[in-house]
Amino acid sequence: MRTVYVDNAATTRPRPEVVEAMLPYLGEKYGNPSSIYGIAREARAALDEAREKVAAILGADAREIIFTGSGTEADNTAIKGVAFANRQKGDHIITSAIEHHAVLDSVKRLEKHGFRATYVPVDSQGMVDPADVEASITDRTALISIMHANNEVGSIQPIEEIAEIAKKHGVYFHTDAVQTMGHIPVDVNRLGVDLLSLSAHKFYGPKGVGALYARRGVRMERYIDGGGQERNRRAGTESVAGIIGLAKALELASAEMEHERERVSRLRDRLIEGVMDRISHVRLNGHPTRRLPGNVSFCFEFIEGESLLLNLDMLGVCGSSGSACTSGSLEPSHVLLAMGLPHEVAHGSLRLTLGRYNTEEDVDYVLEHLPGIVEKLRAMSPFGTEADFGDASCAKCEDAAQPVGKAR
Amino acid sequence: MYSQKVMDHFTNPRNIGEVENADGVGMVGNPICGDVMKLSIKVDGDKIVDAKFKTFGCGAAIATSSMVTELVKGKTLEEALEISNKAVAEALDGLPANKMHCSNLAADALHKAIEDYLAKKQATLPEKKRAAGEG
Ligand SMILES: Cc1ncc(COP(=O)(O)O)c(C=O)c1O
Ligand code: FES
Repeated sequence: MRTVYVDNAATTRPRPEVVEAMLPYLGEKYGNPSSIYGIAREARAALDEAREKVAAILGADAREIIFTGSGTEADNTAIKGVAFANRQKGDHIITSAIEHHAVLDSVKRLEKHGFRATYVPVDSQGMVDPADVEASITDRTALISIMHANNEVGSIQPIEEIAEIAKKHGVYFHTDAVQTMGHIPVDVNRLGVDLLSLSAHKFYGPKGVGALYARRGVRMERYIDGGGQERNRRAGTESVAGIIGLAKALELASAEMEHERERVSRLRDRLIEGVMDRISHVRLNGHPTRRLPGNVSFCFEFIEGESLLLNLDMLGVCGSSGSACTSGSLEPSHVLLAMGLPHEVAHGSLRLTLGRYNTEEDVDYVLEHLPGIVEKLRAMSPFGTEADFGDASCAKCEDAAQPVGKAR
Repeated sequence: MYSQKVMDHFTNPRNIGEVENADGVGMVGNPICGDVMKLSIKVDGDKIVDAKFKTFGCGAAIATSSMVTELVKGKTLEEALEISNKAVAEALDGLPANKMHCSNLAADALHKAIEDYLAKKQATLPEKKRAAGEG
């Protein structure tokens, strides 16, 4: 059976060149970069070189790059590190309602520690309004964190504008660029950010390694305590192979970006148009044009996302959904809800994210099979395309909703 | 994640649709929670001779719906009222813990369909048996 991997926002397949570059550092070049003998110096040199490469691509200085154990760790480090170091100056943080949980839950943790937070809303296309950010700033605001692009619906945020606002008010600005790095241009000076998170496995690198850019002079505490690695800003023996892999993957992605971005965007538009043409009662989530090259996100009314995914899986298509039933929680995706989608529609979400290994044939394969699956599930659904989500009740979810004619 | 039986019922659901001239219909769940099940039954004498379902929900919701229609056919109303959510899950070789939410639907919908039938007929079953079905 054909496998069509269209979940590139979840993770990507490491490129063979990346794996090859990493291999020596998983084997014979095993030295600890903090030691002084030959194999250690070799590891140190490779690490330094990787740092230079990453910095150059970001438009940063090598000393501004902190390697971490994941994108999640980079986000945690930026938010908690800046918040705790600047607490005297300000204890208020601004972020958006559609951030990844690595950011959202970091901010929520800070709230438990007495910080205050504002979650700026988004519009129906998943866009933050810079004016909302500015209006939220107080004289106690220490940090703003707004993602570069959203991982579920792909909307690309007006980072440059928000950065200007942050600068004007003397507030640190962090952006989570995990979904954009390697896919669209990311230059810390052009964006105007003080801190930026990235993660290797989203651009054909290895899992379990990320990086945080922290502009020189940004006051921050370290998040992971221990040894003096990463200029005392992130303790722990470096994942040398992982970092080599990250740098190699980023180098390759940057070199091919212009071409890949256009190619993948074309596949994306082919898929979006194909689905909209073939299937009724479907909504495109996110911004129609300001969206990630590979992101396709829909809500199919009257059906539920997990059953869609299971059917796609049986045909070899790997996708994802923000439905509650997929995540195992009772609430569907916070991103879709923040965009104002009703719960019942958000349950029918499907995210297909294209990448460098996808072809037109992949898109056509999905287009060939998806309409049938949707039709089959709709035939099974008590909600026709005519009927609305009407009269039903749920004993379990009384507080989540106001059920009509409550069950026992 | 799902047992083979669940996947079997999910892939080839039994008894999809609505029974023509149904004698009882039960609808439970809430689209806001992500799962709704509508079950219709045909009753002959005191026996359920046909049952069909329509479900909006995840793999487990569809599989439990399909299974309950199989379990209930040929049963008397009293026996049907004793089919519990747990029994439906067990008949499917179990469900993942976070999916037990959905398995509640199938038996609830069945019981509601029976109530609907009894209400229409203005009939009642012996008190003792009804209580057993409340579980
Ligand atoms: C926007 C965003 N931020 C952070 C992360 C977390 O990155 P990682 O998987 O490296 O921890 C992800 C990936 O899941 C993401 O999409
Ligand atoms: S329908 Fe929601 S968990 Fe099954």
